[in-house]
Amino acid sequence: MREITYVEAIREALAQKMAEDPTVFLIGEDIGIYGGAFGATAGLIEQFGEERVIDTPISEAGIAGACIGAALTGMRPVGEIQFMDFVTLSMEQLVLQAAKIRFMFGGKAKVPFVLRMPGGSGTGAAAQHSESLENWFVHVPGLKVVMPSTPYDAKGLLIAAIEDDNPVIFVEHKLLYKVKGPVPEEMYRIPLGQSHIVREGKDLTIVATSVMVQRALQAAEQLQAEGIEVEIIDPRTLRPLDDVPIIRSVKKTGRALVVHEAVKMGGFGGEIVARIVESEAFDYLEAPVRRLAGLDIPIPYNRTLEYHAVPQVENIVEEARKLVKGVY
Amino acid sequence: MSTQPNLMVIENTIPVDHDQLLTELGRDQALDMLATMCLIRAFEEKAEDLFARGMVHGTMHLSIGQEAVAVGATRAMQKGDYLLNHHRGHGHCLAWGSDVNLMMAEFLGKETGYCRGRGGSMHIANVEANNLGANGIVGGGIPISVGVGLSIKMRRTHQVCLTIFGDGAANEGAFHESLNMASIWDLPVVYLCENNQYAMSMPMTKAFNIERISQRACAYGIPGITVDGNDVLAVYAAVRQAAERARSGQGPTLVEAVTYRWRGHSKSDRQAYRTREEVKAWQQRDPIRRFAGLLGLSEQELAVYISEAQRKVEAAVAFAQASPEPDVSTILEGVYA
Ligand SMILES: Cc1ncc(C[n+]2csc(CCOP(=O)(O)OP(=O)(O)O)c2C)c(N)n1
Ligand SMILES: [Mg+2]
Repeated sequence: MREITYVEAIREALAQKMAEDPTVFLIGEDIGIYGGAFGATAGLIEQFGEERVIDTPISEAGIAGACIGAALTGMRPVGEIQFMDFVTLSMEQLVLQAAKIRFMFGGKAKVPFVLRMPGGSGTGAAAQHSESLENWFVHVPGLKVVMPSTPYDAKGLLIAAIEDDNPVIFVEHKLLYKVKGPVPEEMYRIPLGQSHIVREGKDLTIVATSVMVQRALQAAEQLQAEGIEVEIIDPRTLRPLDDVPIIRSVKKTGRALVVHEAVKMGGFGGEIVARIVESEAFDYLEAPVRRLAGLDIPIPYNRTLEYHAVPQVENIVEEARKLVKGVY
Repeated sequence: MSTQPNLMVIENTIPVDHDQLLTELGRDQALDMLATMCLIRAFEEKAEDLFARGMVHGTMHLSIGQEAVAVGATRAMQKGDYLLNHHRGHGHCLAWGSDVNLMMAEFLGKETGYCRGRGGSMHIANVEANNLGANGIVGGGIPISVGVGLSIKMRRTHQVCLTIFGDGAANEGAFHESLNMASIWDLPVVYLCENNQYAMSMPMTKAFNIERISQRACAYGIPGITVDGNDVLAVYAAVRQAAERARSGQGPTLVEAVTYRWRGHSKSDRQAYRTREEVKAWQQRDPIRRFAGLLGLSEQELAVYISEAQRKVEAAVAFAQASPEPDVSTILEGVYA
């Protein structure tokens, strides 16, 4: 199959949906002639015109609100927040409006839009441009939260997200944009709310999200050489969460490690751990269920500190080894 | 994209009498202002060079071409006043009197930097000097200025807070809330919009339906001033007037200094949203050469200021490069007081 990058996969999903559905339009900062801060919308203004690729002033609350209002009245907007950090300025509209409108209106309205945003560290962008805030949204009924880790997933999930009748927070990762992978040329959908078994193994279940899926895969290769077989599960959609494959996997392996970039305390890992220990998998556990996550600090500017602030391949290897060998 | 190069004439909305201002400043201070402008230019050129050579991990926003705003504004403030500025902030920070060595060390992520290498280019602060920091969030400093102004008023210290932000920031909701609050409470804040005519790729003409950002002042019942931001004396005059008003308890002013960013927005900007001709035309309005001309300096005399600035910046690079990296064992430090 043809290989393209993660950012190209996103662009292709946007272009194909726009070509197919006239109600889909894009709105955000510098998404027109600039092509988006990370190039996700490059060339789309040339293809679809200014009416459907709308550059906004720097007004994140306005972008979110514009998506909501247009979605309520028959359109399917795809908004872009330039860095996930800036979505903090959109929170009221997303959390108190978008997420609740349908419920408050007795199910008589729908708010179908997608808000894309790149999260994560690793580019030296420091504390206000490196956040991983996905779990803020996971906490809000009415929102869906999607976090693709491969080009293939990015395209299929984005198309499904645009077609979904609910507000979807679509979390991309800056370090994944240039990662290549096989992506079909035609349109396809990956249903929201389906976890994916990325790799099979019998000794340990690793549940990882976004860029950590890639790191877990590299760790698994190294562990394989030591005779440790790791199973990796990528939830892909954090809300709604498909925990069935996770629980099934832990029953098989008896050990689980959750890996994400966001700060550990209050992070998504806690939810995964809870789902495991609340389930029948509890009886199969041979070791404590552990989390490997971002340190309890904002992301530092200095390259070395930044590197150590979030899980790296070697940390995953070490943690996995401890769990499998029973030495914590 | 505008096909016409944007060559607007910037008319000052307050009188700017160069001779009078130069007399008031005195020649020594005027020359020192020129030296500071040269220092900013040299710092930014060095930053760009270090970046191009792969020695900087991260991004940076250069203020080359905008030096008159930083220097004119900060010279109008007094010792003990406060500064809040934005991501394109190296110039403001240097003009505030910061140590170029500690700035360069921060830019290179070293332990000796102003923020121990934790903050980087977008977050340089020097709290001891009442420099409350640059900001990675567009408009992020504007609401904070309300609290600074409130605190000055409550403590009765007669300080003033200079808050610098870009044209783009004026379209964040926080701008509206803050200017209104500062106005109703007569807070001692100078709101300085450094309008370089673009917010990343967004030209001011597309992001606003008004001619001048200072027109917004009337919505808050405060004075609005627009000046030529490439004329250091005009910026000085405007900010001085605003600071005097603030210090005497009459409240905030919105000052707009119109200038132009010579470089791309940040590290990777193809600048497809503007023409080369437009950039070149604005480079003809170099604030440094303009001020040197006003001071009657020859090319050779100006060259001495430029090379002295470059020497200081080279020394700063040497200092930064010889400085230690932060120790990984300290990674968890500094989150809580
Ligand atoms: C809240 C927020 N939105 C978007 C950005 C991304 N961003 C950084 S600088 C910038 C343009 C800012 O324009 P302006 O305020 O005019 O300042 P300039 O860069 O021109 O100096 C943008 C969009 C950000 N840092 N913060
Ligand atoms: Mg600007």
